[in-house]
Amino acid sequence: MAEVHLPTTEFEEADAAHGNQHGVTDEPNADAEPMVSLLSVEGELTRDETYSPYLDALSAEELLSFYSDMATVRRFDQEATALQRQGELAMWVPMTGQEGAQIGSGRASKPADYIFPTYREHGVALTRGLDLSLLLRQFRGVSNAGWDPRETNFHMYTLVLAAQTLHAVGYAMGMARDVAAGLAEAAATIAYFGDGASSEGDVHESMVFAASYQAPVVFFCQNNRWAISVPFEVQSKVPLVRRAGGYGFPGIRVDGNDVLAVYAVTQWALEHARSGKGPVLIEADTYRLGAHTTADDPTKYRDRAQEDAWRLKDPLLRLEKYLRSLGLADDEFFAKVSAVGDELAAHVRAAVVTMSAKDIGASFANVYATAHPLIAEESAWQRAYEASFADAEGVAE
Amino acid sequence: MTVMTFGRAINAGLRKAMDQDPKVVLMGEDIGKLGGVFRITDGLQKDFGAHRVIDTPLAESGIMGTAVGLAYRGYRPVVEIQFDGFIYPAFDQIVCQVAKLHYRTQGNVKMPITIRVPFGGGIGSPEHHSESPEAYFTHTSGLRVVSVSNPQDAYTMIQQAIASDDPVLYFEPKRRYHTKGEVDEAADLSQAPAVGAASVVTQGSDVTLVTYGPLVSTARDVAIAASDDGVSVEVIDLRSLSPIDFEPLEASVRKTGRLVITHEAAQFGGLGAEIAASITERCFNYLEAAPVRVTGFDIPYPPSKFESHHLPDLDRIMDGIDRAMGRPNSLSALEGK
Ligand SMILES: Cc1ncc(C[n+]2csc(CCOP(=O)(O)OP(=O)(O)O)c2C)c(N)n1
Ligand SMILES: [Mg+2]
Repeated sequence: MAEVHLPTTEFEEADAAHGNQHGVTDEPNADAEPMVSLLSVEGELTRDETYSPYLDALSAEELLSFYSDMATVRRFDQEATALQRQGELAMWVPMTGQEGAQIGSGRASKPADYIFPTYREHGVALTRGLDLSLLLRQFRGVSNAGWDPRETNFHMYTLVLAAQTLHAVGYAMGMARDVAAGLAEAAATIAYFGDGASSEGDVHESMVFAASYQAPVVFFCQNNRWAISVPFEVQSKVPLVRRAGGYGFPGIRVDGNDVLAVYAVTQWALEHARSGKGPVLIEADTYRLGAHTTADDPTKYRDRAQEDAWRLKDPLLRLEKYLRSLGLADDEFFAKVSAVGDELAAHVRAAVVTMSAKDIGASFANVYATAHPLIAEESAWQRAYEASFADAEGVAE
Repeated sequence: MTVMTFGRAINAGLRKAMDQDPKVVLMGEDIGKLGGVFRITDGLQKDFGAHRVIDTPLAESGIMGTAVGLAYRGYRPVVEIQFDGFIYPAFDQIVCQVAKLHYRTQGNVKMPITIRVPFGGGIGSPEHHSESPEAYFTHTSGLRVVSVSNPQDAYTMIQQAIASDDPVLYFEPKRRYHTKGEVDEAADLSQAPAVGAASVVTQGSDVTLVTYGPLVSTARDVAIAASDDGVSVEVIDLRSLSPIDFEPLEASVRKTGRLVITHEAAQFGGLGAEIAASITERCFNYLEAAPVRVTGFDIPYPPSKFESHHLPDLDRIMDGIDRAMGRPNSLSALEGK
């Protein structure tokens, strides 16, 4: 049978002429997309008219603490991974490689700002002053969320991808109302989400609402190139940052492994949002160096060479080079940082192994804010049922 | 007492709740200037401002998800879903977020969101405008679900729903929006029947007929028609679909020994199944006959020219009463009796 090749539309014909089968004329070319990058892989700082002033304001101690925060959360990540391997956690979601994006953006936020993370923002949690051991309650299976979000304005982890981006917009709408009513100081929310989640409808709807109401929200996408096993190119043919223009607000692509650039860009975005000028999208270019979770095996879907290339762009290494070149940090400093990390790891380990689930009876609490007959009935039955075994055991003894 | 339509009563209840609590904000599609496609929010934007009555972008998940964020911030959002069949884009936010956040936060964060849903058929609409999706929500822990059947309840219960610290789905029988009734606007909310309480709307002794929302008035008519046939029907309006207030149902069935449940929603896995099972468990020894369900068929909502055949009406419910009473009925023919 003879093959028939009839272009069905004029566009396909044009595409065929360009050797493009998908009708996409704008191939992803990440390297061509402008990106804010201030600290090079070699540890050299360049100046930028807009963003460098945010760095000029940093003291030496603050600069050093960017490093210690990144190193500390990396140590925490290692400990949590170890705890999972040792059976103390059911699962862990490693973040190693994304310290620059997380510490940089988290450190740009103020206490009155409100953070809506996904499930991998352990670095942001650190910058909000959360006791990191609380993050592990969920992964040990003793709680659906381990902390009161109102204490640190750091929301619980949201496992349904992208759902929290809408919460961040609604919360920001509430903030703006409170500011207008003279009830609160200007503040903003940050909605974190991944490159995979960017395809969810809720991200689109959240951007529509944010633009429509000029809500003080910063959309912070960590494009770590992977959504479990699916590469970014499946989610989008163009850098995500370009979407911002479609919604009518600024978008900034930033080197996510450059903690200083991320800090400066996020400062700019938060100021923009807090001052009533509306939302900003930040796309942080970064990489998930580890597995998606401890249950995942990246060797099945990606090349070691890609990982190795990204290891060279490590956010800690380049800041270390910079700090040493300035004479701000020596071996003693790095040894101290590593000791602080070990201390945190020991604290987390000690806390985790003693975390136990209360009896199942507690699971009937807080289903509703007010009394509910069915829950009360089932809870009472469950108690009596469990108690019937206790009696039986008592008799046996 | 003021005589007003069902729709007006909801409007008056919304107005009162907004008057009393500046944190109450209304959100939905076309609810501002237009007053909603059913005019339920008519005039509220004019009186309270566009920041209290918010015309949202056309995106149901977006409305629900931003309502969650506003609730976090201390607001009491009242969301209007334009039609029953368009609640599904918001389903994920309702089931995974609205319903579970209080639990997930161990009680630290409340979700006082009211979700108003015009529901049910009988108005000759095209597909997706006549559905009864309540069972999806009664099956979800963390939600409260109510349905109102008369202007007074509509007025009181919308305020109770808004005042509730739990999320409430408030199902409005759209075909009854123009029904008139007396409403006591001065009524003290604290003296009103609890939002979860079922109410006996017609007393009877032979058979208990349980329903809610649009079919309550049909059920009253059934009671009148049945009494001409010598059957005394007790009609119970559930009012709350989750939780269900079983006590009055049990008391009634212990008296009558017979139970008929009717709703527009499909039969399989519906509220009728839950009520039949629960009452059988609780009142087995009192039952003189198997519980009977009279419901919409288990088909997609049919084209509106057929809806009068699809929806339970007086005759279909009367037939259900006959089944419960052991009188000749539609099944007799099928069984060759
Ligand atoms: C709505 C939804 N669909 C699927 C999943 C399962 N899932 C969890 S994480 C993940 C990949 C997410 O990738 P990305 O958004 O890039 O974030 P990353 O894991 O890289 O941080 C998937 C598919 C989910 N949690 N929620
Ligand atoms: Mg990713």
